[in-house]
Amino acid sequence: MIDQSSATTTGAVKLSCRNLWKVYGSKLDYYFDTSGYSIDVDSLAARMRAEGHVPAAIDVSFDVHVGEIFVIMGLSGSGKSTVVRCLSRLVDASYGKVLLDGDNLLAKSPKELIEVRRHKMGMVFQNFGLLPHLSVMENVAFPLKLQGKPLLEQRQKAERVIELVGLQGREYALPGQLSGGQQQRVGIARSLIVEPDVWFLDEPFSALDPLIRRQMQDEFLRIQRVLHKSIVFITHDFLEALRIADRMAIMRDGKVVQIGTPTDLILNPADEYVARFTSEVPRIRLLKTAACAVPANGDASTMPQVAAEEPVENLISKLAAHPDGVAVHDTTGADLGIVTPASLIKSLAALGQDNTHVAS
Amino acid sequence: MSQADAIQTVPTAKVRADVRAGWLAVIVFALLCVLAQAQFDWLETFPEALQLPVEAWFNIGMDWIVANFRAVFQTVTLVFTYPMGWIRETLHWLPWSGFVLVMAALAFKARGAGLPVFTTLSLVYVLTVGLWTEAMNSFALVFISVPLAVLVGFVLGVWGFASKRVERALNPVLEIAQTVPAFAYLLPILLLFGFGPVVGLVASVLFAFPPMVRNTILGLRDVPSDIIESGQMSGANRAQLFWLVRFPAGRRQILVGVNQTTMASLSMVIIASMIGGTADIGWEVLSTMRKAEFGASLVAGIVIALMAMILDRITFGMAEREGRGLEHRGFLKRYGFWFAIAGSIALLIVLRPALPILGAWPETWQIDLAEPLDQAIQWFILAFKPLLEAMKNSVIFFVMLPLKIGLDKAVSPFTWGFGWQPWHTAVYAVLVLAGTVAAIHAGRVRLAIAVVLGALVLLVGIADMPWPASVAILVYFGWRMGGSGLATGTALALSFLLVSGSWDKAMLSIHLTTLAVLASFLIGTTLGIIAAQNDWFSRLMRPINDTLQTMPPFVLLIPIVMLFKIGDFTALLAIISYAYVPAFRYAEHGLRHVSKDVVEAATCIGATPMQLLLQVKLPLALPNIMLGLNQTIMYGMAMLVIAALVGTSDLGQEVYVGLSAGNFGQGFVAGLGMAIIAITADRFCRAWQRNHEARLQKGAA
Ligand SMILES: Nc1ncnc2c1ncn2[C@@H]1O[C@H](COP(=O)(O)OP(=O)(O)OP(=O)(O)O)[C@@H](O)[C@H]1O
Ligand SMILES: [Mg+2]
Repeated sequence: MIDQSSATTTGAVKLSCRNLWKVYGSKLDYYFDTSGYSIDVDSLAARMRAEGHVPAAIDVSFDVHVGEIFVIMGLSGSGKSTVVRCLSRLVDASYGKVLLDGDNLLAKSPKELIEVRRHKMGMVFQNFGLLPHLSVMENVAFPLKLQGKPLLEQRQKAERVIELVGLQGREYALPGQLSGGQQQRVGIARSLIVEPDVWFLDEPFSALDPLIRRQMQDEFLRIQRVLHKSIVFITHDFLEALRIADRMAIMRDGKVVQIGTPTDLILNPADEYVARFTSEVPRIRLLKTAACAVPANGDASTMPQVAAEEPVENLISKLAAHPDGVAVHDTTGADLGIVTPASLIKSLAALGQDNTHVAS
Repeated sequence: MSQADAIQTVPTAKVRADVRAGWLAVIVFALLCVLAQAQFDWLETFPEALQLPVEAWFNIGMDWIVANFRAVFQTVTLVFTYPMGWIRETLHWLPWSGFVLVMAALAFKARGAGLPVFTTLSLVYVLTVGLWTEAMNSFALVFISVPLAVLVGFVLGVWGFASKRVERALNPVLEIAQTVPAFAYLLPILLLFGFGPVVGLVASVLFAFPPMVRNTILGLRDVPSDIIESGQMSGANRAQLFWLVRFPAGRRQILVGVNQTTMASLSMVIIASMIGGTADIGWEVLSTMRKAEFGASLVAGIVIALMAMILDRITFGMAEREGRGLEHRGFLKRYGFWFAIAGSIALLIVLRPALPILGAWPETWQIDLAEPLDQAIQWFILAFKPLLEAMKNSVIFFVMLPLKIGLDKAVSPFTWGFGWQPWHTAVYAVLVLAGTVAAIHAGRVRLAIAVVLGALVLLVGIADMPWPASVAILVYFGWRMGGSGLATGTALALSFLLVSGSWDKAMLSIHLTTLAVLASFLIGTTLGIIAAQNDWFSRLMRPINDTLQTMPPFVLLIPIVMLFKIGDFTALLAIISYAYVPAFRYAEHGLRHVSKDVVEAATCIGATPMQLLLQVKLPLALPNIMLGLNQTIMYGMAMLVIAALVGTSDLGQEVYVGLSAGNFGQGFVAGLGMAIIAITADRFCRAWQRNHEARLQKGAA
């Protein structure tokens, strides 16, 4: 098995959350009184539940690296929003640490927190959270207005992000006059105007219909390619996670059950719960060319060349035209063998019946 | 209802049996009281020895406050007298054309094209009938009391929003301020602040701030958490979060509060004028009415109605107005309009010496409407006298009196053509018994109980019912509806009425409101049901309802007094014309908002329109309709006091007498009594609603 946490990371740790707990209820201090909690996590959570409290986040730990899209998934009520709200300190965690660039966020004073939010964080909300009385332009410029920036700067920056999200021409419309997709673009633009390092998105596309959702995902990926933020993204749609996640965490009843790349989760689900999440995904989406390669029998030099990272989905038309197979090379140009229709079908079949098979 | 009954009876057979036994005991007890009434005086009137001098206590308390704090209040009077004087002087000094221009401009900003025309025409009417000065005096009072009430209400609202504890403390205060009749606190204000327009101001601020508090709390609280969180994530500090995020997001609701406060303020300014000395439009109506110059009071009443409509439409328009949206406009574009208005007014003032017509409406343009109106009214009354008399008498003799003093006394040879004999009672009892048995046989136990109680009340009369019987019935009813809480509350409320010696008058109030509320509810709900089915009718009724609701209730009295003279019947009609509107609105709203899916499903099953209405829509709209009943009771109680002006003999009259006799205790005890009745009735309605919801949930589960 490969090391999950470093599989696709792209840089240093930006945001890190350590043993984070959030318990709803009153008078909770005694659960965490000494310098930590000694008994094991599950019995502590069970005790809280028995005493009528709601442990919404239980001992959650993960890292988000610079430039990474980290997705949190889980059923409704599993604590996803709670975790993100703790990370942004919209709610105060009951226990644990949130480190932003190595600084403990939970120890910051309200004043410092406002500074952090003004310069380092952006957040997009499921129901948009737009101010109904302000125009698109004013909504987008709102964070700068709060900082008391000059009007000219507000306008220039707002125009730039409005263009980035493709809302030119609607600058003076009110939120009520926009469609859901357009409103969420305003939300995205607003969260980007302060050029945050860390970007939280809590089910940003859930309120949108499937077509618009797909379009917004593409838009989101395009923006991320330009901006390289460190992102925490919540969704309960696995296909959405699959499209955008570098790594993801699956939550259940407040606990993180598994962290890894989407492919890891599909191929090596930690338990039934994770497996059920991933069962809908067509396996062919996961298979990379390299995983189907077999040694060439004869001369492969006349065959078409394919990159090892190419999703197998894309090979089908090529294989139809070249039933002999295609040659596979990795990024260094090394020869990895060939893929034939037969080898592809074999690999697929293996995936279907044996989930422990490791791809890539 | 049979379905609801079935669900209600689900719990256990034991509970059912207990309820039956309980009601049986109460009914037997009430019957015994009625039978023994002749022998024992104390059953009829609460023993004098047990009454407490509550009235005197209030007077002593008031005297003490006046003696010790009068200086403080007088200072307040002094402080407010000046700005009030300035505003009044300014309004008088301003040429009429200037005032019309300002109001029309405000109307334009609030509503666009139509409203300025209406505003202008209304003000021209005021000029034409020669009541401009009086109207300006009233406006002056409104213009200073509204900002004050809005400020007080807003501050308290924000405080109540910020602290649960403050809100809990505010709630009863608001409830009492809204249900204690306005007359009841005119006198203490008069005693504290001294004679003069400040009384009107203080009274109107006191009366008008509660809706502002409620709407402010509601508006601030109902801002979606998404919006607040997005404000936090944008880096707002506490002040920014409030003023730039929460307040603007809740602005619409808060402005609805401003609208309600404005209307309440105007209404109180009109009422307060009855203490005199203000030469305003309310006084004009009252004094002419007292002299039976109905033409003149109608003319002035229309002025009040028009003022109310203008203020209502303008403030409501402000709340409804779309946000600005286009913020990029330049300075001139943004404020140009108001500069133009200000410029025009300056121009009018400059031109006034040259063109006096701009400043003073010429006498020759004034029309005396009162005279011809008087004649028309006289003619109408003469022409329709038999009809009007017949209407009035039949309602009084066949409905009002029996309910008040019971069939046994109301049925007399002069009115019914025969006297009530003991054998009538026997036949009556047999009939009632038969009805009860039939109902029980059909499994409708609650119906049976209602039949027995109703028959008993009708036979004896609300006012003649022995007090222990009334107390027993009401307290037990409260217990069944809302458990021990409501039972205790009802017991305390009734005790206050007994101990303070207001019982008899209170029963008269209850009699009058019960009748009026029943009638209003029936009429309103029926009309509302028709309006829900018929768009044409709905459109026709809307402006009528709006007008009846925006007018200060005082004005409604004029035409009714004109036709029917003073008395209980007039009061009844006045209350109905004011209180049917909420029943109408809630019924129409409830029916129109029944879920479309359900209606479509029922239609597909093959329900006829009548079945659809009776078996689908009405049951589903029932909670809304009951909400209408609740409001109808509140409106009825509010109007009851006003109706005292036209000669009732209940608590409302007591309040009024207390005011005119300068007896604070008397007026205040009676006022408190009315508030207590209103609040208790409200609790019964709410308890019904809770039960209904619980039943629905149980049914769904
Ligand atoms: N303010 C609160 N007080 C009490 N319990 C809360 C509060 N907010 C959330 N919870 C509870 O915490 C748990 C996790 O809620 P959370 O909103 O984080 O779920 P979620 O995973 O975001 O769900 P969804 O997909 O529906 O948004 C739930 O059981 C919820 O009832
Ligand atoms: Mg959530």
